[in-house]
Amino acid sequence: MAMDISFVVNGKRVNIYGNPTARLLDALRDYCGLTGVKEGCGEGECGACSVLVDGKLVNSCIYPIAKVEGKEVLTIEGFRGTEKYEVLKESFEAAGAVQCGFCSPGMLMAAESLLRENPKPDEVQVREAISGNLCRCTGYNTIVEAVLDASIRGEGLW
Amino acid sequence: MRDSISKPITRVDAADKLSGAACYIGDMRLEDMLYAKTLRAAEPRAKLISIEYPELPEGYFVVDKRDVPGENRVKMLIDDQPFFAEEVVNYIGEPIALIVGKDKEVINKLLEDIKVEYERLQPILCIDNITAPPIYGENDSFADYSLNKGDLQKARAGAAYVYEGIYETGYQEQFYMEPQGVIAEFKEGKVSIYGSIQCPYYVKNAVVSCLGSAPEDVRIVQAATGGAFGGKEDYPSLLAGQAACAAIKAGKPVCLLLDRNEDLEATTKRHPAKITLKSYIDESCRILGLEADIALDAGAYAGISGVVLQRAMFAAAGVYNIENLSIRGKAIATNKAVSGAFRGFGSPQAFFAIEMHMEHAAKAIGIDPLQYKLSNLVKQGDRSTTNGILRDKILLPEMVDRVLEMSGFTEKRKSFKTERAVGALKGIGLSMFFHGCGFTGNGEQDHIKAKVRLTKDIHDRVEILIANVEMGQGVQTTMRKIAAAAMELPIDSIIFANPDTDRVPDSGPTVASRTTVIVGKLVYDAALKLKEKWQAGAASEVEEQYKYPQGFEWDNDSFSGDAYTNYSWGVNAVEVELDPITYESTIKGVWTVFDIGNPIDDRLVRGQIDGGIVQGLGYASMEVMENLQGRFRQRTSTDYIIPTAMDIPEIKSELMCEPFKYGPYGAKGLGELTLVGAPIAYALAVENALSINIDTLPVRPEHLMEVAADGNGY
Repeated sequence: MAMDISFVVNGKRVNIYGNPTARLLDALRDYCGLTGVKEGCGEGECGACSVLVDGKLVNSCIYPIAKVEGKEVLTIEGFRGTEKYEVLKESFEAAGAVQCGFCSPGMLMAAESLLRENPKPDEVQVREAISGNLCRCTGYNTIVEAVLDASIRGEGLW
Repeated sequence: MRDSISKPITRVDAADKLSGAACYIGDMRLEDMLYAKTLRAAEPRAKLISIEYPELPEGYFVVDKRDVPGENRVKMLIDDQPFFAEEVVNYIGEPIALIVGKDKEVINKLLEDIKVEYERLQPILCIDNITAPPIYGENDSFADYSLNKGDLQKARAGAAYVYEGIYETGYQEQFYMEPQGVIAEFKEGKVSIYGSIQCPYYVKNAVVSCLGSAPEDVRIVQAATGGAFGGKEDYPSLLAGQAACAAIKAGKPVCLLLDRNEDLEATTKRHPAKITLKSYIDESCRILGLEADIALDAGAYAGISGVVLQRAMFAAAGVYNIENLSIRGKAIATNKAVSGAFRGFGSPQAFFAIEMHMEHAAKAIGIDPLQYKLSNLVKQGDRSTTNGILRDKILLPEMVDRVLEMSGFTEKRKSFKTERAVGALKGIGLSMFFHGCGFTGNGEQDHIKAKVRLTKDIHDRVEILIANVEMGQGVQTTMRKIAAAAMELPIDSIIFANPDTDRVPDSGPTVASRTTVIVGKLVYDAALKLKEKWQAGAASEVEEQYKYPQGFEWDNDSFSGDAYTNYSWGVNAVEVELDPITYESTIKGVWTVFDIGNPIDDRLVRGQIDGGIVQGLGYASMEVMENLQGRFRQRTSTDYIIPTAMDIPEIKSELMCEPFKYGPYGAKGLGELTLVGAPIAYALAVENALSINIDTLPVRPEHLMEVAADGNGY
């Protein structure tokens, strides 16, 4: 029951002939070589595989590729060239919000998703926005501080 | 005293990790690489009668005990654990074989079609009243130790009060964000292992013994490692041996990555513990003596349980000066996944027991628990549990004062009492604890004998060659800082790549809060040596090896002397509010003071503090893992809950620094200490909110509801 699925990843058109129930995560990592998208749990609990689909944050590990037909996917590899990424990166570095790094790309995508919708979030809104992204190293507070800092330093970008 | 080295610098590995460029083991693709998945035991204890494999397509392989060219035993302290099960299986999830091939879906289908016939044996599933035949030895214990100090008879005779309690703690899963994995490659007679690992040389020794090969024919390279917390200390040795056998058989590189649920079910976790304490107290409320009995649930194989047990025993008296001690410890074999290392390594269990015990004893006597604790504190010059001398100044009284002040402890205790009278369930608790840094007992001087090397090339770049790994804690940054500061060089002239055993000497594993204090000091000493013989434009090399500092002594047969050369200390307060109907808790605040000597980088230190505290709060409150008939009830990431950003309040931390003269720039150990105190302070806060005694971790709302309903003890 393979079918043709066509979508845009980081600005480039991708055509896949495959099982429509295949995971977007595997399409991104194995087919597109975008290994910045991580697999932490495989069941939508940890957020390490977070990407944006038409601007909306999704767990790519439980997202069948049939659902991205005709849509645009943004992964960390597409986001990292942007000015907004640079602001977030500097804030994460300054706050000490990176340790083992395995949650970091997904965490940045969650932050980007929040700031697109709400460029001036308060602390509680940041906590809510990243609550689907698990981190076992930092205890989260430095990440919260980083996102708040980015929202101030990046004023006007989002 | 704070040194300029404490000033934070940007982590050297942050940019690659944020951008997704960092290469973890699951991101590596070798040419022609095959995948492997594990056939696991479905019974907790059984004889393997037969295994019927489906017909394998071309290019697919079964790898099992018959494919181990050397010893089918994972090299550890006791070599009892097979890489692949032989006649029996001893826990659900124990590996029996690998299915190896190109397509993961085909492998999964093949696994489903394997038929394993078992003959069930009576399993051992708890640590009390064992009736089934032993799994190990005659007494079913991997370790059975006793430790005596002073004369407990004297304490018994002089006691005005005797208080006894039993304390239990549960499993805790490391839940590093990146599940375990390795890739093995076999080329021209040499096996290379790439992996998410803490201890490259442990893996190397295990693979050498598994393959029966010469040491130079095995090479281990660490990949970017997505968290470990002890969970990647010993288990990767098993995976590496299996993958190596598979790569040799298939003649192609083999990638063995666990998925999350396999990792939860089959890899090591924190030991559940049952600790009985009995203290003998005189008229003036001085503790004369303590009897302790520590039982650890070690799981099916020995692993490193004996060492975990030692650390738990040596911490049994907590931060208190008790002259007469009798401590017994056992690591009991059960038909469950192997218990292993997890940040704290036996001490979170032991400190929970003694801190709750002290609190409850004071309440029973009718005195203020905090005053009782303070009046019995150890101080400089006192003797440790193992009769070692506590040589450095102990700042606990000042630390307690500061935490009381930061948290508003005393006022809150008063006002919460008033609020409780009108139904608001608020409480605050305070814990005191230490962590002995570096290997326990004779580990550093007799077993590890750490060696480090620094090289300088003709461009005057210096490379740090050590076997310790970056796993999130920041070692690539701290080691560069130490070397750069010692040689007065800019940080970017120092290179520190992920360790490759073909290039780095054995500086020991990345465990036991030893990397900064032990290996960091060797790097510092080597850097000074290199600086002394520095010739611009000329290549050179220096080595340093660990020397046991003069004046310390340890006897491993009697467990007497200095169990550690240095101790870090902590005081934590936690405030909670409980829902009066559901008894679910909200953590309102956390306040901490730590003495970790001189910090090497303030920002990395905060990272360790926050992260350890949150893992500790998870352990105390929500991380429930129960084993029923040999099977974990929480074996998916949906069932096993760890804290999210919503569960954590602001954490206010300060440092007080008593430097260690044998640490680099006066630094002591840090990583594990930070997890030890928060669970206790949390439990004491809940205890305060409900005016009950808590003796079990995790503290579960459903248990609290039962207590509230029937009015009996917890």
